[in-house]
Amino acid sequence: MITTDAIIIGAGPVGLFAVHQLGIKGLKSIVIDNLDKPGGQCIELYPDKPIYDIPAVPECTGEELTKNLLEQIKPFNTQFFYNERVDEVMQDKDNWIVKTNNNNEFTAPNIIIAGGVGSFEPRKLSLKEAEKFEGKSIFYAVKNKEAFKNKNISIFGGGDSALDWTLELSKFSKINLIHRRDEFRGAPHTLAEIKKLEKDGKISIKTPCQLESIEGDKDIASITIKFEDGKTEKIKTDTILSFFGLIMKLGPIAEWGLNMNKKTIEVNSENFQTNKKGIFAAGDICSYPGKLKLILSGFHEVALASVECFKRARPEEKYRFEFTTSSKTIQDRLGKK
Amino acid sequence: MPKITYITHDGEENTVEVPTGLSIMEGAIQNNVKGIDADCGGSMACATCHVYVSENWFSKLEKIHDAETDMLDMAYEPKKNSRLSCQIIVSNDLDGLIVTTPVKQT
Repeated sequence: MITTDAIIIGAGPVGLFAVHQLGIKGLKSIVIDNLDKPGGQCIELYPDKPIYDIPAVPECTGEELTKNLLEQIKPFNTQFFYNERVDEVMQDKDNWIVKTNNNNEFTAPNIIIAGGVGSFEPRKLSLKEAEKFEGKSIFYAVKNKEAFKNKNISIFGGGDSALDWTLELSKFSKINLIHRRDEFRGAPHTLAEIKKLEKDGKISIKTPCQLESIEGDKDIASITIKFEDGKTEKIKTDTILSFFGLIMKLGPIAEWGLNMNKKTIEVNSENFQTNKKGIFAAGDICSYPGKLKLILSGFHEVALASVECFKRARPEEKYRFEFTTSSKTIQDRLGKK
Repeated sequence: MPKITYITHDGEENTVEVPTGLSIMEGAIQNNVKGIDADCGGSMACATCHVYVSENWFSKLEKIHDAETDMLDMAYEPKKNSRLSCQIIVSNDLDGLIVTTPVKQT
């Protein structure tokens, strides 16, 4: 069990800035995220798209914003727990205990939920029969490419992941690349390589079509795809790889006894505390009158939440508001001389 | 005010008035219309506000941008008349527009 001052759920921009706001007040925190890296939606949904409304930053991409936030919180040596989802939250007097799906346990007087719209999960095939093959012959990511040797693989999708894995796996397996339209979205040199492989008969590209059905009992025997003009084709397949990006699922958060408003958590806008003392919500996941889902709003929200976190973590101390420009204590915490 | 009709995949119809200048997605969210999730809040990053636009209306909409088409690749069962409802802005010309939501959105 790891003891800290605040457990931050979500390593998006708001979760990262929470580390900073807690850190300059002398509070330790840890961060848990279901993804394998920091950045949240900024990295997962729009790493290359410019953002124009971060105060005093006329333009930056999601990736740059994340990089700068990580730089800003470096002095605090915060521990991050990636690929972990918080499953359970339990009360222990004035503290909270948090359990992840990796069986890690944390305890702190404060939890800040900066979970965006929930945790990211792969968007799965909508066919009912896809479920029973999942993890055996239908995959939404490639963890170990050795497992995909000497197979008949049908790859679905039109973006980078679909194209990159088509190139890679075509070295030792038979690949059908299937997409709903004729155009693919990828780097020009990747597209050129794909075209070449098709011309050389190394891979087969099927467009514009979509998955119609999956045949097979224990293992997949074949799939049927349907073209836009209504024609269907049966393709010998033993493995399906599907790359339709990620979706966000609220997940277990809904079961923690917090007052919810649709998929958001109700907070008061004085300290962004939920109906449970010591549990805060900030960023896209919180709601209060006038809420705007902007990164800058999330920054404000964690700044105010961190004050209440301080009061709960250091009940014997008096909270003193300080400026980073003039506070020797803060400058020490930031490692500035 | 323009009237927009949202039909769920199983035929439940919901006609609401949506002020001009709002998106079809926002009209759905503000009126608690089922079937449109809009997880990313309209930044064209999630494809959970995917709708099918009825044939006779599809051609009357402003042309689709590449980024929207790319995002529709991620949607469940996109068709020729697929659009992201966050990208359709309500105007008086769209009074009477009918959209259908797909079987599965998230």
